[in-house]
Amino acid sequence: MIEHFSYIVTVFLMITGLFIVMARGNLIKKLIGLSVFQTSVYLLYVAPGKLVGGTAPILAPQYSVYSNPLPHVLILTAIVVGVATLALGLALAVRIREAYGTIEEDEITELDNKVEVLEEQTGPRP
Amino acid sequence: MSLTQHLSAQLPAHLPALQVVLPLLSAPLAVLLRHGGFAFAIVTAAAWAAFATAIGLWLQVGQLEPGGVISYHIGSWAPPWGIEYRVDRLASFVLLLVSGTAAVVLPWSRASIAREIPPERHYLFYAMFGLCLTGLLGITITGDAFNIFVFLEISSLSTYVLIALGQDRRALAAAYRYLIMGSIGATFIVIGIGFLYLMTGTLNLADMAVRLRAMESSRPVLAALAFLTVGISLKLALFPLHQWLPNAYTYAPSAVTAFLAATATKVSVYVLIRFYFSVFGESLVFHELPLPQIMLWLSLFAMFAASFIAIFQDNLKRLFAYSSVGQIGYITLGLSFDSVHGLTASIIHLFNHGITKGAIFLLIGGIVAVSAVRGAPSMSTTVTFARIAGLGKRMPLTCFGIVIAGLSLIGVPGTAGFISKWYLIVAALEAEQYWLVGAILLSSLLAVAYVWRFVEAAYFRPPPAGHESRNEASLALLIPAWVLVAATLWFGLDTSFTVGSALEAAQQLVRSGQ
Repeated sequence: MIEHFSYIVTVFLMITGLFIVMARGNLIKKLIGLSVFQTSVYLLYVAPGKLVGGTAPILAPQYSVYSNPLPHVLILTAIVVGVATLALGLALAVRIREAYGTIEEDEITELDNKVEVLEEQTGPRP
Repeated sequence: MSLTQHLSAQLPAHLPALQVVLPLLSAPLAVLLRHGGFAFAIVTAAAWAAFATAIGLWLQVGQLEPGGVISYHIGSWAPPWGIEYRVDRLASFVLLLVSGTAAVVLPWSRASIAREIPPERHYLFYAMFGLCLTGLLGITITGDAFNIFVFLEISSLSTYVLIALGQDRRALAAAYRYLIMGSIGATFIVIGIGFLYLMTGTLNLADMAVRLRAMESSRPVLAALAFLTVGISLKLALFPLHQWLPNAYTYAPSAVTAFLAATATKVSVYVLIRFYFSVFGESLVFHELPLPQIMLWLSLFAMFAASFIAIFQDNLKRLFAYSSVGQIGYITLGLSFDSVHGLTASIIHLFNHGITKGAIFLLIGGIVAVSAVRGAPSMSTTVTFARIAGLGKRMPLTCFGIVIAGLSLIGVPGTAGFISKWYLIVAALEAEQYWLVGAILLSSLLAVAYVWRFVEAAYFRPPPAGHESRNEASLALLIPAWVLVAATLWFGLDTSFTVGSALEAAQQLVRSGQ
């Protein structure tokens, strides 16, 4: 149980994030869930790379146990991607709020359906 | 040795790097110049250069012995430590499709986005297009698992922006929805790659494959396979994970729809093939899990359900978007056979459907461009059946092009679509699944129904009063679109390029998968 602690936390965050994305209709809350989901993956990569008592991989006679630096480097890239995704998502939410006047998904769907009914009724347009 | 001599001696060896670097450089240049015309010139030039590079790589792969691979070490760091670019027959084939489509769509886009995107945003459109092209080419050429994720996100993030540039406000909602689903898909892919890295300790795909063969199949490896399958299936819009696609294709600017429909989902299919055959190998994918059965049934659902939904769409772009979901079903159906012929059919259809759908969306973009001048600006991007009544008289070349490409979607002999369906049926017969032959033919009938709806509206309905006069799209819009229409006909008659390379790629993959 205790040696799997980091995995349990990872899976818990993963499921929490994914659940928020699916269950919430508010566009901002969805993005929060997405961020939690993505963050859990950072943990999935970084935690196994750390060895208890391990140091940075700089060869020296007094150390024999080293942590793996590669996952950290990978996750730095993934963090940048996550920030870019979040920024773009928030920017889209702002634009949606300007265009629709709401950031609730069901209200947006309702407004879209009204437009579609209108488009069908107008028929052949001049 | 002079500089030019030195360059010409060195250039062929560095084509794999140039393939990605040239479009990558064009994007920031386009942003720095802040001018629609210059940005157009730079990104188009980069796309043409990328196309030329792809042809060069194609010829280089052809000179190797069958099954040969070009391996390029980024920064001269030897794999598996450094990042490796690998070009085999399949990668080179997909590079040609992606860069070729970009080289056709970009010249076309100038006349189209003039009517669909405000002029002050044109340079951003071209910058994003350049990035999207970079991402798609990068995914295809890289031999490094984490690199695939990074390039995937480069192409995805720029795609979200490109879709949000659509005129209709529904483009924003579609882009947001794609962002959520696309990010979930990409995160699933990273989780899968993470498991693989934990188990093998390498990120190089070729090295990973060797190490996976040496170890017993274990639960994390199967979990990696499952995560990668779901994540990539989201990106390639396998039914029922296609929810993001119809609205994204419908409300994006026409040039974006054409480019994405021809390339984005196809590159995702390529990633799936790459992981299945070049990394996991046949025994893991097709014997340990019931993956072929799942793939088979989802493909059949896509072929029937999505094509059936397409018949009842009132919006022409959405109709062909659902048709894309159905056609992707044919591609994944070929995968599920786990045979050389099935894989060949998948690879051929990936190419043939790409050019066919590209042609259709370019021609529909022509209709949008022509009617946008006169139509109400708020609804000018929606091409409904009511609006195309009698269009056959007003835009004869555009409509004729859509009909030819539509015949290719159905799979009529003489068009590219026939070739892919032929090989799909051969693969079904070879697997002794005779009922599948019936299913493939039956689902083609659904394509007949939706293509016929277009024919009926365009040729048999009277045009609205006062609009009988001829009003064809300009040559700048017609020529690139007809290049793709001509390609659908050409690859329906001369199959040496498509079938030859697909067969060689499939044999190479199946051999490496064993």
